[in-house]
Amino acid sequence: MSTAATSPLVEALDAQAAAMAEATPLLAPARALAREAALAHGVPTTRQERWKYTALRALAARRFEAPAALVDVDLKVVADIPAPRLVIANGRYAPALSDLHALPEGLRVRLLSEVLRDAPTEAAGWLASDTEAADAAFQQWNGALADEGFVLEVEPGVRVASPLHLVVIGVEDGTDRAFHLRHRIVLGAGAALTVAKHHLGAGAHRHLLNTVLQVELGEGATLTQARVQQESDGATLVQRTQATLGANAHYRRLDLELGGALSRHELDVALAGEGAQLDANGVLLADGRRHIDTRLGIEHRARDTRCELTWRGLGAQRGRAVFHGGILIAEGADGSNAALSNKNLLLDDGAEIDTQPVLVIHADDVQAAHGATVGRLDDTALFYLRARGVPLAEAAAMLTAAFLREPLAVLANEALEATLGAMLDARLASAAASRE
Amino acid sequence: MLKIDNLHVRAGSREILKGLSLEVAPGQVHAIMGPNGAGKSTLGHILAGRDGYEVTEGSVTYQGKDLLALEPEERAAEGVFLAFQYPVEIPGVNNTYFLRAALNAQRKYRGEPEIDSMGFLKLVRQKLSVLHIKDELLNRAVNVGFSGGEKKRNEIFQLAVLEPTLAILDETDSGLDIDALKLVAEGVNLMRSPERSFLVVTHYQRLLDYIKPDVVHVLADGRIVESGGPELALELEQHGYSWVKDRIAPGASA
Repeated sequence: MSTAATSPLVEALDAQAAAMAEATPLLAPARALAREAALAHGVPTTRQERWKYTALRALAARRFEAPAALVDVDLKVVADIPAPRLVIANGRYAPALSDLHALPEGLRVRLLSEVLRDAPTEAAGWLASDTEAADAAFQQWNGALADEGFVLEVEPGVRVASPLHLVVIGVEDGTDRAFHLRHRIVLGAGAALTVAKHHLGAGAHRHLLNTVLQVELGEGATLTQARVQQESDGATLVQRTQATLGANAHYRRLDLELGGALSRHELDVALAGEGAQLDANGVLLADGRRHIDTRLGIEHRARDTRCELTWRGLGAQRGRAVFHGGILIAEGADGSNAALSNKNLLLDDGAEIDTQPVLVIHADDVQAAHGATVGRLDDTALFYLRARGVPLAEAAAMLTAAFLREPLAVLANEALEATLGAMLDARLASAAASRE
Repeated sequence: MLKIDNLHVRAGSREILKGLSLEVAPGQVHAIMGPNGAGKSTLGHILAGRDGYEVTEGSVTYQGKDLLALEPEERAAEGVFLAFQYPVEIPGVNNTYFLRAALNAQRKYRGEPEIDSMGFLKLVRQKLSVLHIKDELLNRAVNVGFSGGEKKRNEIFQLAVLEPTLAILDETDSGLDIDALKLVAEGVNLMRSPERSFLVVTHYQRLLDYIKPDVVHVLADGRIVESGGPELALELEQHGYSWVKDRIAPGASA
């Protein structure tokens, strides 16, 4: 077995993986496969195309401890998040913070820890996914180490109306820890579900959260998903979302990347069934010294599939936003329609934005449009607001909020949009205060 | 109210205003007419505080204050209002929200209490009914998807809500059909009062059939070349702007 250059990060994770492999013998082969793949590939470097704009040198030099026992978290941290609500704090399910009394009928909710214990053979396949890929080290570590997560399943034909809130909190506990969570959302044919995921931070921790989310949508299923990342300023988040959509399935998704020190999200969606549709929007708010990196990998594999992607980025102070919008229309995916828009605001000279829309088309008769811009606030609009009496700072805040709110409409859910819009506004207000 | 004295303005290397002088008394309506490129829009922009211009000579005094020393938002709060020739579309900013924020920012500057949303709504309804504006425009983003006429009427609506002391209308008639023009003019006439002055900048005499000016000025090549009563506008209409060229004194542009 070839082994890539080792590092404190790899050594620490490998020590945890060795301990993990012994815990459940039935999972040992899958865990070992993932661990070996991760060791072989090492920590990605900027020499790899997929990581060109996101350097992990500092991360690779750090050590992280495994999750400890359940930490104490003030209920106030989650008080604003409605029920039904499931909470994981520092890698452990937190029943005291969760509220399951209004759990909708037809939705089956399990924790990954339960599945690993009660149905290890079912979980083994999930953990060993993508052990072949050379560019999936974090996902492979996740396979070797994931011990908690939300496993959601909706029976065919069941349409769950009320949104389910999932919360993952990083809590300062005096030690830098690494958490590996694996979530699954599986919707049967014609099923529907709305999920809002919240990444929150309590205290100035510097944990690493490594997440894999697997989504499978059956024929005609509809998943509406919001993810709001508001982690502590020192947090590192690496997430891969892998979704496969069946015929006429519809995946609506909104990602608000508002926090953390470094947040990397790979959103890979396969439009595998005819007529499958993806509407994925997002906001990358890179202020302070934040590094926000989102990489879309959308594959149109079947006829008449559609994707519409609207992303807005903001670079302020010394922040950096990296966006890669990759769309592949495979051979035979005729009649497909892809639209990508990435617009960015660069507010300060010390900030940086790297945007790269990439469209590869191997099919005939497709419609595809993509565009990326980086600019400043519109002087004419600023003057118009000021000429009516709105002071400069307030006018700038008004235009910035309007610019960043545009992607929210994707959820087609007014209540959720209002809640998330308020979160975005509050975050922008605190950002504006820190710039003054 | 407003005194412009020997104003020289350049944009980049080009001198646009070349010694413009003008005085407007409270309650008066002054019309500024002139051919394209005379500097009419520049005058509006300079008074409202648009950047990109350099004042090289002269002064603008408004109610005893040095207007050019103030920020655009301060000028607005002091009572200066510019109705834009091309009202700006601002996606994502609600028209009502924007106008309330503007009014309250002005009130705050003047040391007046803020108006709450109920009070504001009442004010808005009252102004709308007078101006015959559909209230659906209120819930749209500022000027987004508005027709040309709706944009201009939205400017007059803002004028009515903000109640400035000096209103500058920059080619408010451009692009309007006769019905829209009448509605806009009617809105302006309703706002006329002994305390409020208007500077109506226009290329055509047509608007002045509906907004009767006290004084008409002809602006050409960066200066006022002729001033007179309403009859001057009619004269311009008859003879066109070609004759004003003769009025540009030799050496004035040097």
